[in-house]
Amino acid sequence: MASNIVLSEVEYNVVGKRHLRPDGVDKVTGRAQYGADVQLTGLLQGKVLRSPHAHARIKSIDTSAAEAYPGVHAVVTAADLSFASLSREQLGGDYQRVKFASNHVLASEKALFKGHPIAAVAAESQHVAEEAVKLIKVEYEVLPPAMTVRQAMEPNASLLHEDLFTSELGELSDKPSNVASHMAFETGDLEQGVQQADVVLEREFETASVHQGYIEPHNSTAFWNTDGQLNIWCSTQGPFVVRTSVADILRHPVSRVKVTPMEIGGGFGGKITAYLEPIAALLSRKSGRPVKVLMSRTEVFEASGPAPGTWMKVKLGVTNEGKITAADIFLAFEAGAFPGSPVMQGAACALACYDVPNARINGYDVVVNKPKTAAYRAPGSPQAAFAVESVIDEICEQMGMDPVEFRLRNASREGVRRVEGPVFRRIGLVECLEAVRNHDHYKAPLEGPNRGRGVAAGFWFNRGFQSAVNISVNPDGTVNLIEGSVDIGGSRASIAQQAAETLGIAYEDVKPTVVDTDSIGYTMVTGGSRTTFATGWAAIEAAEDVKTQMVERAARIWDTPIEDVQYIDGVLSHKSDPELRMTFRELARQLLGTGGGITGASNVDPSGEGNGFGVHIVDVEVDPDTGKTTILRYTAVQDAGKAIHPSYVEGQMQGGVVQGIGWALNEEYFFNDQGQMMNSSFLDYRMPTALDLPMIDTVIVEVANPGHPYGVRGVGEVPIVPPLAAIGSAISHAVGQRIDRLPANPGAVLEAMS
Amino acid sequence: MATVYIPTMLLPVTGGVRQTEVEARNVRQLINGLEEQFPGIKDRILENNEVRSNLAVSIDGEVARMGLLERVSESSEVHFVPAISGGQF
Repeated sequence: MASNIVLSEVEYNVVGKRHLRPDGVDKVTGRAQYGADVQLTGLLQGKVLRSPHAHARIKSIDTSAAEAYPGVHAVVTAADLSFASLSREQLGGDYQRVKFASNHVLASEKALFKGHPIAAVAAESQHVAEEAVKLIKVEYEVLPPAMTVRQAMEPNASLLHEDLFTSELGELSDKPSNVASHMAFETGDLEQGVQQADVVLEREFETASVHQGYIEPHNSTAFWNTDGQLNIWCSTQGPFVVRTSVADILRHPVSRVKVTPMEIGGGFGGKITAYLEPIAALLSRKSGRPVKVLMSRTEVFEASGPAPGTWMKVKLGVTNEGKITAADIFLAFEAGAFPGSPVMQGAACALACYDVPNARINGYDVVVNKPKTAAYRAPGSPQAAFAVESVIDEICEQMGMDPVEFRLRNASREGVRRVEGPVFRRIGLVECLEAVRNHDHYKAPLEGPNRGRGVAAGFWFNRGFQSAVNISVNPDGTVNLIEGSVDIGGSRASIAQQAAETLGIAYEDVKPTVVDTDSIGYTMVTGGSRTTFATGWAAIEAAEDVKTQMVERAARIWDTPIEDVQYIDGVLSHKSDPELRMTFRELARQLLGTGGGITGASNVDPSGEGNGFGVHIVDVEVDPDTGKTTILRYTAVQDAGKAIHPSYVEGQMQGGVVQGIGWALNEEYFFNDQGQMMNSSFLDYRMPTALDLPMIDTVIVEVANPGHPYGVRGVGEVPIVPPLAAIGSAISHAVGQRIDRLPANPGAVLEAMS
Repeated sequence: MATVYIPTMLLPVTGGVRQTEVEARNVRQLINGLEEQFPGIKDRILENNEVRSNLAVSIDGEVARMGLLERVSESSEVHFVPAISGGQF
């Protein structure tokens, strides 16, 4: 494995070191508490009745037999949602949004995907609940489904929503449509750019719906107390988002909803939406008992949020010198049953790696009869990169140009204006490309038949958003760090490291705890590669607050002006009297007798996020008889900014690559003609395992983000972006035919070869 | 005056004008200033008196945190870019 490349010049004591994770013992001993472990007195078990049809009008629902079944305590349908009793006038401009959010939780007029919740039961046991849902009689009028963007965009396509019109920044189409919105960016003069090009290549691509594949299914336990207090325990990346969603859908005061995030067994963007929480809450309100609802793996596949399938077209113009002069891109992304695909993120990411003077990008958000899409690591970017990077690879092949050299000639760097407008600040794409060019993997020849090498680049914005942290000082000189960021990938450690570095104390002296929504200020989701950046920033500010108060306390104890006291590396001292000196620990011991404890607090919404780039190299071998692709070697290079905890950065990079490999080679939602998913288990939905893969080599390139005190950019999104294109290109070189559809499973590769 | 780049979708409203200058101290004033120059543009940018949920305002490369209250300086460069919130209602 190559060495990481550290370009930041600052040396830290705690930041950048590979410390043990605080939650490690509980997790390896099985003591960590997940949502399914929640036990409460009088707990009932819930079960959801789901639509067997991808598209159907609900003519009637009869729950009487289920309600009469022994052991059943409550049955709910969409009629129990607040939306059912609200008029269009009451909701005003919010009408459609609330309608969609409510109908997503429990279908009212129409079932819009197989697995769409229709009703739910709370009973004494899971078995009773399962029997009871079978007694609910639903009369459907089955309608033809629209399963792909191509089908849904046809003029005579079956409409999912009769009241959905295409919005072009507020201007609505004349007729209802499955195209929820259309947006475009343009820069320069596209036609002129095409004329300037010596080579113009246009290609079309498709990718399938894929799932994040987190190992822990969705779960939710709710107790709606008689005083109106609603408590929820669940597996989520964003307890505050769940709180907001539940309060919104149930029209309940946000202050009366408390969400406790349990440990989380993976999310990758898929555990932000509130699927079960409103249902569990309604069942609890109706039964007067706490209710737990769990999804099976099949329910996770059929009724949570996959990444969208896509249809894309890319046209690039390039000069003989290898300079991109024009780009024309069409992206149509499946939103699932309700509007809201990440197509515009895809559009903004599509050309972010390159300085393109003339470009046009059109993006279409299209509803189809599939579960509503959700975020999945760098939402929208992997698909767009697959299309753009594949065309670049083909152009390089045609021109006989080295693909890394081509990318270096066009690479975005500080000062380059993005297609959607803003100008890049300090970024590290060039450093990543140079690291790839110098890597022994790239220098090593790839020999043997049926083998190919692919290279691709990828981008994600990285974001800030709101975070809160409280730090209280213990009498033994340790501190408790309270945060609202759910720990998915080791963020307890990365946040604690930043607090320890700022306070000048040992990492082991910081005890981080993730708490419920009543116990910390608003904190946005753990996602978007924001947590180590933004919650880290909150930890730094809370630690600075502690330092300020410690200085004040030392000044009081020494009876000296505050200005005479300094705090350096965890030691408080008088600026001119060397006798007056205390360590953090020594002062902590005196706090309770000198005015009480000290707690530092911060609420932040930081600017200064640093964009992230990665470049990957992959070698593959294709079996010409079966079409099976074997990954021979994989190297991921990424500018992570300062790597607070390098092991977790490497883990994020390897995890993203593995998920990208699955997306590229095997994973897809497979539907029959009626729109029913036929592979809704891990037996049939093929995700890569350790036996399928070589070691994923990583190189962290640390181009410090000047917008963060320790130079953090963010890590988790970028590594899933390049694999689709890198592997597609590698297979293309191995078999001599371009790969323009994913997954490139054995059947698809054999078809391409024939 | 702040320089405002007009989103591609709104070029029909501006008659093809791609960028303009607006005297404003915050985003609200800036959008009102745009409305004075290009009547109808305000309703395309705002929804329920807030910037549309699928849009974000970028000021000098930073996404505005305070919505319509975000400050704009005389030399600011303002863009309307996609909001990063896919998958949510």
